[in-house]
Amino acid sequence: MYDTSDIRKNLKFLLEGVPVLVVDFQFVKPGKGQAFTRTKLRNMLTGTMLERTFKTGERFEKADMEERQQQFLYPEGDKFVFMDTKSYEQLFLNGEQLGEARFFIQDGMMVDVLFWNDRPIGVTPPTFVELKVVETEPGFKGDTSTNTGKPAKLETGATISVPLFVNEGDVIKIDTRTYEYVERVKK
Amino acid sequence: MIRGLLASVEQVLASAPGTSVRFGGRVTARDDAHVRVEDALAAVLVRGAFEGVEGTLVVVVGERTTEGVAANAIESVHAPSVAFPRPGGDVRALTDHGRRRARALVARRRVLAGIRRFFEGRGFLEVETPSAVPSPGMDLHLGALEVRGLAGARWLATSPEYQMKRLLAGGLHRIYQLGRAFRADESGVRHQPEFTMLEWYRGFEDAEAVMRDTEELVLALSEEMNGAARLDGSRGPIDVTTPWERLPVAEAFRRYASVDVASVLPDEERFFRILVEQIEPELGRTRPVFLTEWPLSMASLARVVPGSDPPVADRFEAFVDSLELCNGFGELTDPVEQRTRFEHDQRERARLGLPVYPLDERFLAALEEGMPPSGGNALGVDRLVMLLTGVRDLRDVIAFSDERL
Repeated sequence: MYDTSDIRKNLKFLLEGVPVLVVDFQFVKPGKGQAFTRTKLRNMLTGTMLERTFKTGERFEKADMEERQQQFLYPEGDKFVFMDTKSYEQLFLNGEQLGEARFFIQDGMMVDVLFWNDRPIGVTPPTFVELKVVETEPGFKGDTSTNTGKPAKLETGATISVPLFVNEGDVIKIDTRTYEYVERVKK
Repeated sequence: MIRGLLASVEQVLASAPGTSVRFGGRVTARDDAHVRVEDALAAVLVRGAFEGVEGTLVVVVGERTTEGVAANAIESVHAPSVAFPRPGGDVRALTDHGRRRARALVARRRVLAGIRRFFEGRGFLEVETPSAVPSPGMDLHLGALEVRGLAGARWLATSPEYQMKRLLAGGLHRIYQLGRAFRADESGVRHQPEFTMLEWYRGFEDAEAVMRDTEELVLALSEEMNGAARLDGSRGPIDVTTPWERLPVAEAFRRYASVDVASVLPDEERFFRILVEQIEPELGRTRPVFLTEWPLSMASLARVVPGSDPPVADRFEAFVDSLELCNGFGELTDPVEQRTRFEHDQRERARLGLPVYPLDERFLAALEEGMPPSGGNALGVDRLVMLLTGVRDLRDVIAFSDERL
């Protein structure tokens, strides 16, 4: 069992029998009043968002999930196709179920697919992925802006912040837990 | 110490062209002819083709030019093992999101100075009372942190109320305090277990006088920091011109939840659920508002509003951009009633399995001796800084939030 003090981003639990994922949460408490935790949740079966306010101390059941390694084959229409490399069985997930992960996986990549009651409901990409920068402003040229980063578009379509010395064509390593730049990869 | 060193990159930028400058910082970028040197608050372009300074801490000696600094020498004082490493957590904590936290810390200093100027100008005396006290707030919904190693049982004060009221009873009638208050199990985008509280009292005056202080303080700080009687709210500008609306709790429940607060009240959880889900989101969207005339069961240390029927508590909270900024009272000065409430709270705490704190007998003795009728208020300074800077997460306006320690 979990209680409200366990709530954090990406926590998965059962809400009225449905697995949900915490997208955002806020501790709310009138100065001299009862404490609550307000949450924004994603229904992991349908991908839809919902809001719930829990009283501090409320308890939830853990969602029993299992991860199995699968290969990402390709996107097809609004679906993403994965394959079990032993049984060659294929399965389909939609973009809402993948969430941010859809911007960080590439054809052929091995990923962990999340199953709940034998139903595929989500994907965890490898912790570190290496992707090519396809679009970013030229490197440092007497730039005195106050930020230490600049936006860069990756081959998968995601845009993340990178240091100024990163150029188009560079391959960079990204931490998929935070979707942040880690380092430039020598190729 | 390096002689003649400027305090910051901002000071370098403020120097007139032609001035000799000497300053420290980190090299965060370079091209063939320049390096960029920065600290948490600003960056400057330094001309000079210096090798091997990628990411190092340096002391630059040179001359201010119209576009930056022309360097005569760059001395490396600490070099990373790889060129331009990803900035560490402490650098990023200050500089991410357009130097958000570094700027907030500068704004915070101005807010603290502005608060002191405001109260000094009104004849208040700044006082400091201890953090570790023999009895913390008795409120059912506040948890105190226990301190070990002192002679008697001590807790970190959830507010400096009892000691400040003893000073009031002692004859200091206009006092304020800027200090830390502590509350267990409160952490989030609007809460920290340790936070900065501004608390003040006006002896021989009432809650209305203290509400006027509150709105005038926010107005003065807005004008000083934003150049206008306006705050940048999360849903648009907020006009802080005085006076602010005084909205009785019963009226707020009617207006925003279409319910009679008297019918809700027996169920305290329902009261607070309506407050946080339906009322707070509507409060202070375009104008700040004081929520006044609280139910008697939530009077805490407030007196009963004289002549109110049915009786209500002389308590107020200001809301700005749905954020509860302060909680104030027309203070309860009756020692018998105060003891009765404390004992009731002790019984309730015991019933709910919460720690039961001892009564502060010296505070009660001060009421016996005579505390003047007073208005008092406790205001969250971190939240005030959030409102004045337009930063939405309290953890971004303090140097270190609890999870970063």
